[in-house]
Amino acid sequence: MDKVWVMVRKEWAEVFKNRFVFFSVAFMPLLFIAIPLGVLYSMRGASPEQALGLSEIPPEFMALCGDLAGADCAQFFLVSQFLMLFLLMPVIIPVTIASYSIVGEKRTRTLEPLLAAPISTLQLLAGKALGAALPAVFVTWGAYIVFVIGAVWITGSSVIAAQLLKPLWLLAIAVVGPLLSVAAVSLAVMVSSRVNDPRVAEQISALVMLPVLGLFMGQTFGLIQVDQSVVVWLALVLVLVDAALLTLAIQLFQRETILTRWK
Amino acid sequence: MTEHAIVVENLTKRFGKGEQAVLAVDNLSLQVRAGEVFGLLGPNGAGKTTTIRMLSALIAPTSGRAVVAGHEIGKEDMDVRRKVGILTETPGMYDQLSAERNLAFFAALYDVADIPGQVEKYLRMLGLWARRGDEVGEFSKGMRQKLAIARALLHEPPVLYLDEPTSGLDPEAARLVREFIAELRQQGRTIIMCTHNLDEADRLCDRVGVFKARLLALDTPANLRGQLFGRMVVFHLAQAEPRLAEAVSGFDFVQKAELIDQKLVVTLDDPEAHNPAIIRRLVEAGAELRFVGEVRRSLEDVYLHLMDKEEGNHG
Repeated sequence: MDKVWVMVRKEWAEVFKNRFVFFSVAFMPLLFIAIPLGVLYSMRGASPEQALGLSEIPPEFMALCGDLAGADCAQFFLVSQFLMLFLLMPVIIPVTIASYSIVGEKRTRTLEPLLAAPISTLQLLAGKALGAALPAVFVTWGAYIVFVIGAVWITGSSVIAAQLLKPLWLLAIAVVGPLLSVAAVSLAVMVSSRVNDPRVAEQISALVMLPVLGLFMGQTFGLIQVDQSVVVWLALVLVLVDAALLTLAIQLFQRETILTRWK
Repeated sequence: MTEHAIVVENLTKRFGKGEQAVLAVDNLSLQVRAGEVFGLLGPNGAGKTTTIRMLSALIAPTSGRAVVAGHEIGKEDMDVRRKVGILTETPGMYDQLSAERNLAFFAALYDVADIPGQVEKYLRMLGLWARRGDEVGEFSKGMRQKLAIARALLHEPPVLYLDEPTSGLDPEAARLVREFIAELRQQGRTIIMCTHNLDEADRLCDRVGVFKARLLALDTPANLRGQLFGRMVVFHLAQAEPRLAEAVSGFDFVQKAELIDQKLVVTLDDPEAHNPAIIRRLVEAGAELRFVGEVRRSLEDVYLHLMDKEEGNHG
């Protein structure tokens, strides 16, 4: 485990000196917090009818509102639309970091001395993966906490806070987010082994965003309602997807393959 | 450690399968003694780097066996990696980290006990201590190469692989690196050095192996010269006459004697033993000798001769 942390610390020291990566990690959470809080702020004091037509709230969502009255339900509906934004963060951030970190090893030709060191492939891969996934998970959690505090402050309603701390959100942020990060990092590792430009690696790896974007769009257009059962299913599917992607990534990450094919 | 630091038996490496397969290393067998500097010479694509990678447990051989510092590759790879230091063809340092941070990272991977101490020792030894806090991206090629050498030595490996250690360095930096390699030899480290600089190999290596997928020749540079060209002594004469060459040709030990300009060039096996007899005969024949010296064939001559022969065999 020591060597995994040695790798993680080196990754952070190196990757965060890259301005683009640092900007992505710092700017995205700010943007993803500012958008929903801005929307909430702009609707401060408006009645639910003014904020959005009651007809715009899907009937399925009414069930999620539970005891919430019309205005609170409308605000909660608005806030809920942004749940998926918080699931995009753990995908985009690690893809950016992993793409630069792995392709960077190719570019600086540091792979050979690194692989010649007495570190196992699993330790090396774990160090790379954790170095990319941990910042994303922590930043997502931090952004979520700031968002909850901001939403309560803007709406002046503790009812919203109670809704945002329900299992649906907690499960999404605490479990689905990290699982998405693992999927993103695994894909980034695999893609990085085949390309030499971090931007290409990043763009291809970002395909993992598509299912999350699909859910976001589906929810926005009222095609699906992301409730607790959807999140639980998402988590279960992601566990399987992660296991498959990780296995594949480890198989592809063989010393000989890397040295002879990573050019 | 055993007497031999490296034992290689029928090591073969093929890349790819079927008709597309490329034979990079063919049935290589050699032993490198502990404390020896061994030069691996060959053209680009000869399989030198592949051999080094196999001996570093970086890639697996297709067949054959090798034991490095008492550990068999393929079976005790982690132990092999702990016992070897490798200077790769390109220095490969993290440009955005400082020199000190680069070395500290690798020292941690090699479980070095006193990381700050070892990092300081080698940064000072290679003249980089004053620049320890600077990002490696700002370093010249020579400085990066020296830093890469320091990295290879941090864990005090008994076996060291140096792939083109002076490639691209200015003469001053190259000399410093060569002196450093000589110092490492004094310390008793076993060194395998791949180089295209044959003069460097001649000066530094105890033995050399000329290699092109398979081993074409293996011996000390002096013995290789002797085996391929014999030894040649040149006698500078005041006046060259054919009869002088004929007089010398009469000796059994003389393989060849020819006049070139005002010089008599004699090929023989043991000049130290037979030169006095030749000199006596030349003087008796009325020759006025001005200077006697040995024609020294370079390792480059040996190398090119072997490569021409190899191409002739396959061409």
